[in-house]
Amino acid sequence: MLLREGLIGLLGRCGHDVVAAVGDAPALLAAVEEHAPDIVLTDVRMPPGFQDEGLHAAVRLREKRPTLPVLVLSQYVQRTYASELLDSGDGSGVGYLLKDRIGQVEDFVAALCEVAAGGTVVDPEVVRQLLRRNRDPLDRLTAREREVLGLIAEGRSNGAIARELVVSEAAVGKHISSILTKLDLPPADETHRRVLAVLAYLRA
Amino acid sequence: MHPRNVWQAMSGPGFLLSTWPWRSAGYLLTGAVTGAVTLVTIAAMAAAGAVLAIALVGLPLLVLAALSGIPVAWVERRRMRLIDQSPAVDQHRAPAAHGLWAWLTTRMREQATWRELGHALLFAVLLWPVDALVVAVALLAPLSMVATPLLMCTVGGGQEVKVLKLWTVTTWPAAFAMAVLGVVLLGLCGYVLGVVAGARAALTRVLIASREADLDTRVVELTRSRLRLVDAFEAERRRIERDLHDGAQQRLVVLTMTLGLARLDVPPGPVADQLAKAHEEADQALAELRELIHGIHPKVLSDHGLPAAVADAADRSAIPVDVKLALPGRLPQAVEAAAYFVVCEALTNIARHSGASRAEVSGGHRDGRLLLHIRDDGRGGADAAAGTGLTGLADRVSALNGRISLSSPPGGPTLLRVEFPCVRTDPDRSA
Repeated sequence: MLLREGLIGLLGRCGHDVVAAVGDAPALLAAVEEHAPDIVLTDVRMPPGFQDEGLHAAVRLREKRPTLPVLVLSQYVQRTYASELLDSGDGSGVGYLLKDRIGQVEDFVAALCEVAAGGTVVDPEVVRQLLRRNRDPLDRLTAREREVLGLIAEGRSNGAIARELVVSEAAVGKHISSILTKLDLPPADETHRRVLAVLAYLRA
Repeated sequence: MHPRNVWQAMSGPGFLLSTWPWRSAGYLLTGAVTGAVTLVTIAAMAAAGAVLAIALVGLPLLVLAALSGIPVAWVERRRMRLIDQSPAVDQHRAPAAHGLWAWLTTRMREQATWRELGHALLFAVLLWPVDALVVAVALLAPLSMVATPLLMCTVGGGQEVKVLKLWTVTTWPAAFAMAVLGVVLLGLCGYVLGVVAGARAALTRVLIASREADLDTRVVELTRSRLRLVDAFEAERRRIERDLHDGAQQRLVVLTMTLGLARLDVPPGPVADQLAKAHEEADQALAELRELIHGIHPKVLSDHGLPAAVADAADRSAIPVDVKLALPGRLPQAVEAAAYFVVCEALTNIARHSGASRAEVSGGHRDGRLLLHIRDDGRGGADAAAGTGLTGLADRVSALNGRISLSSPPGGPTLLRVEFPCVRTDPDRSA
C-alpha cells in the first residue's frame, strides 16, 4: 500500500504514466484487460492470501498475452520464484527484481524500460545464488568466466560487461563463446535468449 | 468439557438432569444380574468338579472354575465403560505360542488370572448383593413415594395408603407432600447411586484393570499436547514472518526508495555523501532483514513445498549438495517445517565439521512415511549428543512421531536418516 503510493510517485517523476494501480490479483487481471498497458509491475505477494498470488497472476497474464512485459518485485532470493516467471511465455519481456533495487532509482527505471522493450532482467542477488551452486559444469569455468556469466544473467549487454570488467568488448565476446561451449549451449545472438539459455541451464 | 467418569459428572452442574444417574443405576443393576449369574455358574462348576474329581473327569471342570475369573473380569471391564470412559485394559500377557495349551499354561502362571478369580469370588459373594440392595432401595423407595397420590386413588380407594409400609397417609395434601418428598429423595438417591457406582468401578479398576492404562492415557494426552505445541510454534513463526514482511520490510523498502529519490535532487556535496551513506545503511538493513525473515520461516517452504526449500538450502550450502527428492504433492506443514530444519542443520554441520567435499540429500514418500537421507563423504565420527543442534531437532522430530538416526563411523561416511509418518496431499490441490 505504502509502497504502491511510493512507486506511483517515483514513476510519475521519471516521466512514466501509471494507468492503473490495484490491490489484488483479480483486480490486476481486470485492469490489464481494460488498459492494455506497456508493462505490468507487480509484487509476488498479494492480498487476500499473501502467498504468491501476484506471481501467479503474472504467469497467467503471460499465458494470455505472451508479449506483455511483466516485472515482478519480490523479497525472495529463492530461484523457484524466478524460474516460474521466466518459464512463462518465451521468456522475453520479463523481469524479477528484489525490492531493494527500487532504491537505486535510475537503475530500477532502466531495468523497467529494458523489460518493457522485451529484455530479460534477473536480480543480481538471485543470479549470485544460482552461481554459488557449486555444480559440476560450473567448476569448469574460470573465475572470470563465472563473473561474465553472472553479468549476462543480469541482462547486461557485451558493452556493459566490458565496461564493468574494464576489458575490451572483443575479450568479452571470447569469454562468452568459451562459456557457451563449456556449458554445451548453442550460440545465440539475442541478449535475452542468451540469458534464458544460461538460466535454463542453471535451473536444470 | 464432557465428564469422563461419574465422579467428574457429580462434581459438575446438571448431574441429575444428565444420563449419569441412570448410567449409575444401570451399572449397579447389570452388576446385580451378572453377579448372580456368576455365583450360580461358579458354584455349579466347583460343586460338579469336586464331586466328579474322584473320577478324574471333574478335574478339567475345576480348572475351568479357576479360570472363570477371566470372562467375569472381561465383562466387568466392559460394564465399567457405562460410568467411566477411561480405558480399562487387562493385565494378561499374550501367550508365547499359538494353541490352547500355551494359552492355558500362560494364564495359569499369571498373577492376573488369580486376581481375577479372587475378584470374581468377591463379586459373586459380596458385591452383587450390595449392588442389588442399593439400586433397589435408591430407586424403589423414592419412586413409590412419588406414586403415593396414584396409589391412594387406585389401591387405597381415596381413603388411605401405606407408604413404604411405614407411614399411613390418609389425606390428599399429605399424599402430595409425600410425592414432593419422593422427588427430593429421588434427587438425593441419584447422588447415592453415583457414589456407590463410582466406588464399585474404582474397586473393580484396582482389582482387575492394568495400572499402566492410566499411564497410557496420560502418555497419549502428553503426546497430543506436545504436537499442539509444535503446531503453535510453527504457526507463530509464520505469523512473525508475515508481520515482518508486510511491516518492517515494506517500510524499509519505502525508506530506501525515498532516500534514492532524495539523492537525485541533492547536488554533490557533504549532504549528498551523508545521504549516500544513509542509503547504503538502509540497503544493508534490508538485506539483513531478508536473511532474518528467511531464517524464521522460509516462504518458499509454504509456497512451494519441501523439495524447493531443500534445493534452496542446498544452493546456500558452502559445499556442493546433490538433491534427489521425489515428492509430488504436499505434506503437513509441521512435517515440512521439521524436515526442512533438520536438513538445514545437517547441511550446516556437514559444512562445519565433516570436512566433506560433497553431500547428498535424497528421499521420498513411501508407505505413509517421509524418508530423508542426508549423506556426506567426510571424516565421520559425528556425535548426535555432542550438542550439535541435532538434539533439539530430534525432540521436534519425535513430537511428530518421527525418528532420526545417525550413523557416522570414524573415517566416514556419515548418514543421517529421518523419517516421519505422514499423509501426502494430492499434488493437484497444491498446484
